Amino acid sequence: MTEFQEKSTITLRETLTPEVIRLTLKAPKIAAAAKPGQFVMARTGEGLDPLLRRPFSIHRVHSDGTLAILFKIIGKGTRLMAEMNPGTALSLIGPLGKGFNLDPQGPFCMIGGGMGIAPLYFLAQTFRQSEYRENNQPVLLGSQTQAELLLLAEEFSELGYSVLTATDDGTLGHQGFVTELLDEILRKIKQVYVCGPIPMMRTVALKCRDAGIACQVSLETHMACGLGACLGCTFPATGGGYKHVCKDGPVLSADEVIWTL
Amino acid sequence: MDPINTNHSVDMRVTIGDLQLGNPVMTASGTFGYGREFASLVDLNRLGAIIVKGISQEPRPGNPPPRIIETACGMLNAIGLENVGVERFITDKLPYLQQFDTPVIVNVLGESIDDYANLAARLERVEGIAAVEVNISCPNVRKGGVAFGTDATMAAAVTSAVRQQTRLPVIVKLSPNVTDVCAIARAVEDAGADAVSLINTLLGMSIDIKTRKPRLANVVGGLSGPAIKPVALRMVWQTAKAVAIPVIGIGGIGTTEDALEFLMAGATAVQVGTANFYHPTSVMDIVDGLEQYVHEQGMASVRAVINSLQV
Repeated sequence: MTEFQEKSTITLRETLTPEVIRLTLKAPKIAAAAKPGQFVMARTGEGLDPLLRRPFSIHRVHSDGTLAILFKIIGKGTRLMAEMNPGTALSLIGPLGKGFNLDPQGPFCMIGGGMGIAPLYFLAQTFRQSEYRENNQPVLLGSQTQAELLLLAEEFSELGYSVLTATDDGTLGHQGFVTELLDEILRKIKQVYVCGPIPMMRTVALKCRDAGIACQVSLETHMACGLGACLGCTFPATGGGYKHVCKDGPVLSADEVIWTL
Repeated sequence: MDPINTNHSVDMRVTIGDLQLGNPVMTASGTFGYGREFASLVDLNRLGAIIVKGISQEPRPGNPPPRIIETACGMLNAIGLENVGVERFITDKLPYLQQFDTPVIVNVLGESIDDYANLAARLERVEGIAAVEVNISCPNVRKGGVAFGTDATMAAAVTSAVRQQTRLPVIVKLSPNVTDVCAIARAVEDAGADAVSLINTLLGMSIDIKTRKPRLANVVGGLSGPAIKPVALRMVWQTAKAVAIPVIGIGGIGTTEDALEFLMAGATAVQVGTANFYHPTSVMDIVDGLEQYVHEQGMASVRAVINSLQV
């Protein structure tokens, strides 16, 4: 697998909510090589504070050599990136890690919570160009409130997916956890793809295990290098030891890790 | 990726004991994996040496997460020396590195003096290893590691045990978490070390004030990155005056200017560590930058920079 270090340029900044930003970046080498579920490490500037690159899953890829990342402002690094204007250069390393299994062996469901929706869109894009392009496959999206969900839900619909939403405050779709929407769908599918907060992925992983359905999770951890060198991004593995999210993942089969966190 | 400067008239060679390096820029143990992790971003042939992730006799799973946390201009880690163990290193990791011209230095870690001696003896029988770096300074493991590095008698005992088992150059990596690093450096020099490298990480911690919990599962960890550079530079300068063997400078080096400071303070070579994480090509940038500096200064070789500090 080949990674590239690319000096990308921001071509578009979209403010989905005051806290949720989508950046489109010109990075032709990374965009051409990227597979759904892989990620990039972005340097937030030339300075030494923040020091480390930030991992972002690849949210979408376009044929013009651009890719997009989607993030919520949660700290110093993401705030700096949220304030960057089109034209700003951003050092990216990618594509990194192992992505999703692109052969679900039948009907599938994607389920995303919050910023965990990001990698699923790239997966959804990719399936449209594969043998799994059948319309109305279910996509379940959850967030705290409707603001960060509206545009994303519409974009999945435009690709031909059947989108169901859940919000904590009930402003869009089902009021409650997005995982509650899964029960009815489970018996019709062969594969679940999930990305979101750990408790959500845990719930989905356990539901799938009980139903005997394959489940792939996309994990997120702190990470210093993204290259498999720092050994900082560990997740407890089934059978002992640890998985390294950057190299063994970020996408893993749900039964490869221990969900006690 | 292309070398910016291919000015071969610049003499960049340095010597660490019997070990000849093409240039003084190495990768610090634990920040460059086993080399292969960086192969698509860094030309491994351009490095002075590659120092691999610390190796123990048996594989180690490492500490529970979270293992790393960012701090101001630095990071804390408590990896706990996760590694594949010496046998898998020899069969799975070393062969890849042998295709390059770059010397491979193996960092070794034990929980007892016997562990260190056994590792040295095992590596002595393997081709393609240029030197061993004895890690007596890891702050993140309960047994061994730093326990040997904070006591001059113990440090000397480990060094002596390794020395007796190998003809390879022996570099001893020192901890900064001591009152007098010079005393430890002199003790390992007397025990037969060919060089010392310093500093390993500074012991630190970080607290999440919302949960009132430590940010690292191990509670404490090792601080590295640009934040520690002034401390490292001071200790390298003191040590270089205290011992006759070469000193290898480590600690927050990420640019040519950083490397030059360490060489001027008396280091014969440098190791780039945390910078490999945030700017993987920094090792090549530093090799280029040092070449350019030596050329611009009209020096005969990079060795003219070493110990050129004017106090």
